Amino acid sequence: MADLDKLDKNDARIPTVIADELHIVYRVNGAKTGKGSATSALSRIVKRGEERGVRKVHAVRGVSFTSYRGEAIGLIGSNGSGKSTLLRAIAGLLPAEKGKVYTDGQPSLLGVNAALMNDLTGERNVILGGLAMGMSREEIKARYQEIVDFSGINEKGDFITLPMRTYSSGMAARLRFSIAAAKDHDVLMIDEALATGDRKFQKRSEARIRELRKEAGTVFLVSHNNKSIRDTCDRVLWLERGELRMDGPTAEVLKEYEKFTGK
Amino acid sequence: MPDQAALLKTKVPLVSETTHDGGVAVSAAPSPDDGLSASELAAKYGLTVSGARPGLFEYVRQLWGRRHFIIAFSQAKLTAQYSQAKLGQLWQVATPLLNALVYYLIFGLILGANRGMEKSVYIPFLVTGVFVFTFTQSSVMAGVRAISGNLGLVRALHFPRASLPISFALQQLQQLLFSMIVLFIVACAFGSFPSLSWVLIIPVLLLQFLFNMGLALIMARAGSKTPDLAQLMPFVMRTWMYASGVMFSIPIMLKDKPTWIADVLQWNPAAIYMDLMRFALIDGYGSDNLPPHVWAVALGWAVLVAAGGFVYFWKSEERYGRG
Repeated sequence: MADLDKLDKNDARIPTVIADELHIVYRVNGAKTGKGSATSALSRIVKRGEERGVRKVHAVRGVSFTSYRGEAIGLIGSNGSGKSTLLRAIAGLLPAEKGKVYTDGQPSLLGVNAALMNDLTGERNVILGGLAMGMSREEIKARYQEIVDFSGINEKGDFITLPMRTYSSGMAARLRFSIAAAKDHDVLMIDEALATGDRKFQKRSEARIRELRKEAGTVFLVSHNNKSIRDTCDRVLWLERGELRMDGPTAEVLKEYEKFTGK
Repeated sequence: MPDQAALLKTKVPLVSETTHDGGVAVSAAPSPDDGLSASELAAKYGLTVSGARPGLFEYVRQLWGRRHFIIAFSQAKLTAQYSQAKLGQLWQVATPLLNALVYYLIFGLILGANRGMEKSVYIPFLVTGVFVFTFTQSSVMAGVRAISGNLGLVRALHFPRASLPISFALQQLQQLLFSMIVLFIVACAFGSFPSLSWVLIIPVLLLQFLFNMGLALIMARAGSKTPDLAQLMPFVMRTWMYASGVMFSIPIMLKDKPTWIADVLQWNPAAIYMDLMRFALIDGYGSDNLPPHVWAVALGWAVLVAAGGFVYFWKSEERYGRG
């Protein structure tokens, strides 16, 4: 608390992310009517409409906030309230329908799942995942052993040279986390990544996330676990139906949120 | 460079990270920034719009920075294709070989499309045509799905989106290189042995790759907006294949039709690259089978489509995540 006040006095509150009246709309093809038959699709084409056969999902509605360097911000809200969408918009991965997001540097999501291929060996996935996150070949080479050791994949035999489809779901999740956590980020966003693997691995990943937080300027954390929010965040944004319902210190917002969810 | 500025600024508030634990009140303390609008505040601290499209040259630079990813991704896709099969990577060569066999059976033996050509020319002629056209065809098909089929990747990680279509075109190029092994065997089996003219294969492949990459970029943007193209394109591609003389010689087949039809067909890029490859590879397929200015046309198509496709794709860069 004291250090933050000190920062305020020095006017050192440097914004890292500014969201200005942000709206995000998903467009879903072929979901306009309940019926998915060919005839109904044809009649949609024949009938004139604004955008035929496309249903819009307004996932984030006019969210504004400013985050500052050194903050760890939790995002809470019920399922489908727009938390992950908001993170992706901040990262610049989803285009805004209206409004703007300004960021300092390149915010990145912690996660590399989509780049990995189940048919490839763990070894090649480490390299592919690293390259996909923008690491250089040398960086990956230097960190390769660290990643493999961290994942603990090789604790029960030489699994890293087997295709990832042969891994148990827990093993795969551990490797994915280890690859994703190998890179340092400016603005780091974590989307419920804490709950992978067994107890031992969870402890290790929590420690790694604390490390990453030290390196990063600002951290965003999406979680349904109020305890992990309380442990890591000093500010919380509460989203409900795509709207920002509350924005404030962790204790205050969580109290209201728990009242709301009836805990 | 915003990155350097960011690094300098990081030092100040790190202290706060280590000392606190539990909830810390972040009160909106009065500060000189209070009256500023979002855009003014952003401008003051040098923040940039997230997900904005970089300039064309900056984009090329970023893409170059991702060259290792592009190559690794294409190779990974190629390997993953046959990793479940017992014969494994042997299918890289077996698939084109079987393809060539089927076409030979139908067009060589049953339909007898080899009008006006020796058998020793027709078989390599046909196989070359099939392989070279397949290269373009699969680049287009992969291009259509490059963005729409990889939305998960696009919504999770930052990289110049052009990496995807380029990577898919590169995958098809590597696939073709495997097919070339079969092609060399077929050519030798029918009496066309390696000669100096085989060196021409390299520039032909290079030009066709440029052309295909441009097509893949165009199709990737179109396919991201209209995924239905994935259903439509097979028909377009088949029409294009039959119009390009994959299994027959255009000038011989269209002898008694007006000459402009044959000219148009022969100058279409697919026919140009096929003919050049045949000319380079097959002894009995001389330059009299090529349309005039064939190299200039081949280069023209490659540069036009590659540059045009790249700019066209880049123009929509910031919108690819929407799906």
